[in-house]
Amino acid sequence: MSGDELAALAVRTVEQAVQGGATGAEVTISEGDEFTTTVRMQQVETLKEAGSRAAGIRILIGRRTGSAYTSDLTGEGIRRMVASAIELAGITTDDPFAGLPEPAELGRIEGDLGLYCADVERLAPAEKIEMAQRAEQAALGLDARISNSEGASFDTYTGRRVFANSLGFVGEYRASYCSLSVSPVAREGGSMERDYWFSAARGLSGLEPPETVGRKAAERALRRLGAVKVDTQRVPVIFEPRTARSLLENLFEAVHGESVYRQASFLAGRLGQKVASEAFTVVDDATLPGLFGTSPFDDEGVPGRRTVVVENGVLKSYLLNTYTARKLGMKTTGSASRGLAGNAGIGHGNFFLEKGSRTPEQIVASVANGFYVTELIGFGVNIVTGDYSRGAAGMWIRDGKPAFPVSEVTIAGNLNEMLEGIEQVGSDLEFRGATAAPTLLIREMTVGGK
Amino acid sequence: MGLSQSFLAEKFNITARDLERYLGEALSRGGQYADLYFEYLSTSLISMDDSIVKSASQGVSVGVGVRVIDGERTGYAYSDDLSPEAVLKAARVAACIAAGPAQVVKTPLEEAARRNLYPVLTAPTETGFDVRVDLVKRADLAARGYDPRIFQVQAYYADSLRHVLVATSEGSVSHDRQPMTRLNVAALAREKGGPPQHGRAGGGGRVGLEFFDRKTPEHFAREAARQAIVQLGAGEAPAGETTVVLGPGWPGILLHEAVGHGLEADFNRKGTSAFSGRVGEQVASPLCTVVDDGTIRNRRGSLNVDDEGTPTQRNVLIENGVLRGYLQDRLSSRIMQGARTGNGRREGYQHIPMPRMTNTFMLAGESDPEEIIRSVSKGLYCANFGGGQVDITNGNFVFSASESYLIEDGKLTRPVRNASLIGNGPEALRYVSMVGRDLQLDEGIGMCGKDGQSVPVGVGIPTIRIDRMTVGGTR
Repeated sequence: MSGDELAALAVRTVEQAVQGGATGAEVTISEGDEFTTTVRMQQVETLKEAGSRAAGIRILIGRRTGSAYTSDLTGEGIRRMVASAIELAGITTDDPFAGLPEPAELGRIEGDLGLYCADVERLAPAEKIEMAQRAEQAALGLDARISNSEGASFDTYTGRRVFANSLGFVGEYRASYCSLSVSPVAREGGSMERDYWFSAARGLSGLEPPETVGRKAAERALRRLGAVKVDTQRVPVIFEPRTARSLLENLFEAVHGESVYRQASFLAGRLGQKVASEAFTVVDDATLPGLFGTSPFDDEGVPGRRTVVVENGVLKSYLLNTYTARKLGMKTTGSASRGLAGNAGIGHGNFFLEKGSRTPEQIVASVANGFYVTELIGFGVNIVTGDYSRGAAGMWIRDGKPAFPVSEVTIAGNLNEMLEGIEQVGSDLEFRGATAAPTLLIREMTVGGK
Repeated sequence: MGLSQSFLAEKFNITARDLERYLGEALSRGGQYADLYFEYLSTSLISMDDSIVKSASQGVSVGVGVRVIDGERTGYAYSDDLSPEAVLKAARVAACIAAGPAQVVKTPLEEAARRNLYPVLTAPTETGFDVRVDLVKRADLAARGYDPRIFQVQAYYADSLRHVLVATSEGSVSHDRQPMTRLNVAALAREKGGPPQHGRAGGGGRVGLEFFDRKTPEHFAREAARQAIVQLGAGEAPAGETTVVLGPGWPGILLHEAVGHGLEADFNRKGTSAFSGRVGEQVASPLCTVVDDGTIRNRRGSLNVDDEGTPTQRNVLIENGVLRGYLQDRLSSRIMQGARTGNGRREGYQHIPMPRMTNTFMLAGESDPEEIIRSVSKGLYCANFGGGQVDITNGNFVFSASESYLIEDGKLTRPVRNASLIGNGPEALRYVSMVGRDLQLDEGIGMCGKDGQSVPVGVGIPTIRIDRMTVGGTR
C-alpha cells in the first residue's frame, strides 16, 4: 500500500474505534521489507527476502485503556482488532494519568530528515552478495591466522510507519537502513577469538567500503589472540567507543521516565544535581538528519526534538512520554516509543555523549597501568542501585601503550561513582547507531581476575 | 491424512494438495530440501502497576515461512498472507537460492505420529479475562503485604497460543498446538530514607490456568518481595577467584551459558565453538552429567515437535564429564551426517530455524546440599541469577547473581550485592567437586536469545560446589 493508503486506513481505524465507544484512540501501522544475505568462507550461506505489515491500536474509554494488534489488515481483521481493544478497556482500571498528549503538543518536524535513501531498494541481490564477499575476503586475506569466519552479512530494510490519533493527528514517514558486517575468527595455538565490525547507514553512500569493514574486523579479532586473565586490582579503565556506548545505554535506562516515577533508578529525584563529572554532557537529539535515532514525530505524534539530559555533569532532564510526564508533573520530551500494541513506552532519539578534546591515543598515553575495554558481556547492571558488574575483554595498558590482550575478567563499580569518575572524554564521536559515545576514561574500577 | 485435525488447515482451507504444490514450487529451481512453517499466534498481556491494571493488550499474527536448502545454502521467504498466490510467491523467492533441475517432493505427504506433552484442554489465551486479571491483582496485594518496606510492585501476566503446521519435501506433515503462560512480579523495597532495592520472581510453562492453583501468584509475589528485602542488607561482593556454591534451580543458567550454546551444532560444524571437535573429551568433572530434554511435560522449553517438525527428545550433552554430542537442527545434521536431535527452533514464521536448547539441566548427584555449604570455609553461595551471555568462540561466559551470600566457615553469613560470575566453558565444570541430590528445574520464565531470535527455554541444576570461579564484585 502507498503511504497515503496506509494513512487513510489508520484514520479510518481511529474513526471505527470512536464509533465503537472509544473516547480516544491511537493507531500505528508499520510496513517493511527486509533482505538479508550471509556469506561464509566466500560461499553464499543464506538469502532471505520478505515483506510484512501489521497494525496496532490503543483506545481509551474515559481513563481506561485497552489495546490490540493484528497482522490481518483486511476490513474484518481491523474490525476484530478494534473490538478486542474495546473489550480490554473493560478489564483495566481507571488511571487518572492516562490520556493522549495535549493537542498543542502534537506535530512533526517538517522537511526532509534524510531517513530514506532509494538506493537501498535499487541494489540487486548479486551486488549485496558481492559486498559481503569483499568484506569477508578482506578479513580472511589480512593475516594467515584469520583461518575461519562466522561470515559476513549484508542487510537492508525499508519500511513505512504511520500514526494517527483521535485528536486529528496523522503522520507517516518512510525509512531505509543498510548494514554490512563481518565476524572473522582468528586462531593461533590454542587460542581462538572472534570479533566483528560493521558499518550501517540510511543509504549505500553512507557505508564504509567493504574492505575497510573486513580489515577492521580482522584486526580486532587478531589483537585478542593469546589473551590472559590478570590479577584482581583497582585501576583506571578506558572504554573504547563501542563499549562506551553501552554506558550510554545504561544511562538511558536510568533517565527513562518509567524507572524514574517508580523510584527504580539511581537517578530518580536528582534533577538539577551533579551526577557525573564536568566532562560529561549527554544530549538526546531526534532532529539530526540521516541518523538512526531521528524521526519527525514520536509514537504519540509529538515532534522530535533536542533535549540536554546531562550538562557538564548536572542532570538536566529525564526522557518522558505523555504518561510519565504527567506522573512526574512535567512535560513530554517527545520520547514516546511503542511496538504495535500496549501503552506507549519510552525510547531515545540520537542519544550521545558530547565529544571532548583529546584523541583516543592521548587518552591511552595518559594511563600508566590500566585496562582498555573492547568487549563487554552479560547483564550485570542494576539500574535501581547503579551497581555495575560485567564480563570484559580488551587490552592491558602499560606506560601509555597497549601491552597485551586480556579476557575472562570482570569490571565492577557503581554507576554513580563511575559517572563522577569520568576524567577524560575523547574527540572520536561517531554515530554507528542511535546511541553514540567517544572513548572515555574512568578514574578507577575493580577488575576481577585471578 | 489428518490435515483436518489441524487448526491452521481448517481455518485457512489448506489442503495436502496445496502443501505439495507450495513445496514443489520451492524446489522448482533445485535444492535438496524444502519446508513450510505455518504459524497462527495469539497473545495476551496484562500489567499491573501502582496497584492498578494499567495495560491490557491482545492480538493475532499469522504467517508462513518457506525454506529451501541447497547444500549449505538456505533460501528463505515469508508471507503474512496465506492465500495460495502469496505462498507461491514466497516459495519462488526462497527457491532463488538453488541452481539446478527441479526436485520432486515426496508425496503423498504423511502425517507424523503425534503425542501431547502439554495436554492443556483450554489454553489460558482461550479463557475469559477475569481469572487472568485476578492473578496480577493477587500478586500485587501479596507483594505489598509481605513487608511494609515494599513500596512498588509490578505484576505482568502474559500468555500465548501458537498453532503450527510444518510440511517438508521429505513427505511429512506435523502440526502442534503450543500453549504458554507466565506471571512475573517485580518488587522494590526501601528502608526509611535509604536507597531502593529490587527483587524479581515469576513462573509458568505450557500449562493451563490451574498451574496457578499450585504455584500461586502469592508464591511468586512473596518471592520477589523477599529478594528485595534481602538486598536491603547486602554488602559489597568479593572480587577475584573464589569457591562458589550454586543453589538448585535457576542457577542452572550456568549450564546454558557454559556448555549449552557452545554445543549448538551450527557453531560446531563451522569450527567456531570452543567445543568444536571435542566429542569424547573430558570437559567437566566426572560428577557432571548434563542433558537437554525437550520432552518434559508442561515445561516452558518443551515441544512435541521442534520448529522443523522433528520430535524432541532427551539428549545427553555431557556424561560423567565426557562430551557426548551436539544439539542439531536439520541443516547441521545433514552436513555433519549426524542424527537430528529435535533442537531446530525459531522465534516465528519470519525466522530461519537454527539449533537451540530446550530444557537444559545437570542430573542430581549424591551430596547433601547442606553438607556442600558446610564444606566451604570461604566462598560465595548464589541462590538466584539474572541473565547470562557467552562468547562461543573463546568459551568465556558470564552470568549475573541477583541473590548471593558470603560463605564463612561453612555457614551463609551475609548477603552481597549483584555481581557477575565469569568463567570459561570447557574449563569451568572441571572444578565441580560436589553435586547435590536436590535437582530442581527453574520456575519457567527463561528466555534465550541468539542471532536476534528469542525462544522460551528451561534450565535446572542441583546444588553444586565449584572450587574456582572468578566473581566480579568490588572488594
